[in-house]
Amino acid sequence: MFQASVHAALGCAGCHSDVSGFPHQPPPKAVSCAGCHPQQNAAYAHSVHAKVAPAHPSYPGCLECHGNPHAIRARTDPRSPVYPLNLPRTCGACHGSPELAKRYGLTATYALYMDSVHGFALTEDGLLVAAQCASCHGAHRILGPEDPQSRVNRVNIPATCGNCHSGMKARYFAGIHGKAMAAGNSHAPVCTDCHTAHQIARISATAWQVKTVATCGGCHGGQLRSYRDTFHGQVTRLGFATTARCWSCHSAHLVLPASDPRSTVAPANLVATCGKCHAGAGTSFTTYRPHADPYNERLNPTLYYATRFMNLLLLSVLVFFGLHTALWLARSALHRLGSGPSGGDADGGGR
Amino acid sequence: MAAVGEKRYFFRFTLGQRYLHGLLMATFLGLAATGLPLRFSAAPWALQVAATLGGLGTILFLHKTCALLLTAGFLVHVGSLLYRAVFRGELGLLWGPNSMVPQPRDIVQLLQHFRWFLWLGPRPRFERFAYWEKFDYWAVFWGMVIIGLSGYAMWFAPFFARYLPGSWLNVALVIHGDEALLAVWFIFTVHFFNSHLRPGVFPMDPVIFTGRTTAERMSEDHSAEYERLARVGGLQAIEADAPMRWLVNFARLLAVLALGTGFALLLATLVAFIRR
Repeated sequence: MFQASVHAALGCAGCHSDVSGFPHQPPPKAVSCAGCHPQQNAAYAHSVHAKVAPAHPSYPGCLECHGNPHAIRARTDPRSPVYPLNLPRTCGACHGSPELAKRYGLTATYALYMDSVHGFALTEDGLLVAAQCASCHGAHRILGPEDPQSRVNRVNIPATCGNCHSGMKARYFAGIHGKAMAAGNSHAPVCTDCHTAHQIARISATAWQVKTVATCGGCHGGQLRSYRDTFHGQVTRLGFATTARCWSCHSAHLVLPASDPRSTVAPANLVATCGKCHAGAGTSFTTYRPHADPYNERLNPTLYYATRFMNLLLLSVLVFFGLHTALWLARSALHRLGSGPSGGDADGGGR
Repeated sequence: MAAVGEKRYFFRFTLGQRYLHGLLMATFLGLAATGLPLRFSAAPWALQVAATLGGLGTILFLHKTCALLLTAGFLVHVGSLLYRAVFRGELGLLWGPNSMVPQPRDIVQLLQHFRWFLWLGPRPRFERFAYWEKFDYWAVFWGMVIIGLSGYAMWFAPFFARYLPGSWLNVALVIHGDEALLAVWFIFTVHFFNSHLRPGVFPMDPVIFTGRTTAERMSEDHSAEYERLARVGGLQAIEADAPMRWLVNFARLLAVLALGTGFALLLATLVAFIRR
């Protein structure tokens, strides 16, 4: 076993340097990896794993991830527990166990990750470039998301995802959300706000497409409400991604205000943007309001008065005939029961 | 001639009119069932209906199929009226006791009916079409035009927008949805009550399905027509045999299905409207 390990060339004494003869007297001391791996050890010392170590006897040290000390293999070796294709299972030993998750307040993210587009790429396609735990969280210096230095802190997430998704990163930072984030507005949305952190869905997945409309609406509440009043919004609320969602018009990453001529919702670009779905859409078509607000008289006067008229029509017809029906019912019911005032009923037609 | 003690029947609706009402009823229920989930897309039942139907493609296919059928029925109806009025010279369609056109008498009889509701006077004597039947007819007529036009505008939106502002498509949805809601609420309450559920008629009047009304019903709700026909000997011309048993049962089945669907939709829309 040891002969196959990455440390074979060092021999036993390479690590057990205090052993000089047999039998081992005094008994051999615990081996420290830090002697040969000082950088990794220093990085690890800052990590969340090192911080919880004193309180939790089963905290992860070197061997919990790298495996049997006498069989440690290079991380490029497919048999290593930290080989990219094996790493999620290794981390999942703790971060996938509901029991441990409960006891230590860990996030049980293993199952979420395995269901994600990254997890599929890794397990189904065996892609070494698929993002796994260490791609985002780092290996030794793993920091909690609240730590400003963490690679998964909100502020750093665009850069972390951008390590692979470089094109998206460039578009994101050119857009209004990325600019706000770069300017120090930590409330600006980052990748994970829409895509989630672990359970990242294929962007073609209907459930995710529909859910993300509400995600945008988390900040843009008024726009979501006015969108819900339109056919587009009604259809997506029913769970179908057939009609326009926020980013169908506003773009997903390069979101720009309508005042920016490069924006997909800039007046000059609307014919092209609407035309993506509505073949034959012309200039007049683009005066359609995808965020109809029937209560804004100044902005949408026609819609405002049409809505008022319809409300009045419904109310008057239903109130009038409600009254008509109620009186008729009372009259014929009383008549059939043989009660009610006498007279005024010459024809006897009591139905 | 009917024997003593036996019911006398008279034809009130032609076979064509009965088929037309059947088509109207079926497509209206279909349109409502596939359209209201969109109008109340936030309601839990809307999601269930949508999921059961399986997708927007299915919903729109059913909705548009019903719409095309109803449009065809509407055109056949208007076409036959035009034909009868213009080529057959049936000017009685346009004015007079057999006409659907609202006339001064209808306003008077509406007020007289209210007076009767309050035990303040005799019940008015209605002609072939009483004012509430005319209102039913014209409400549906106007509703089909309004809902149909706004629906086709949204169906062929880019084409529509070549001739009118695109912002009218926003208006089209509001009109389409609200007018449909009015139709649903009106039909499933007022029309159901007036024509089927009110005391004396309850549980249903099968006349629109069998085409035949009884002397009793006719002399109560259309006494002016009944007496006019009796006076000029016109009753014999419309005298009918008793409706076949299968037809009566078929009418009952249709009525139960329509009432059930109607009340389900009424309840669902009311709950969704109140909770919104």
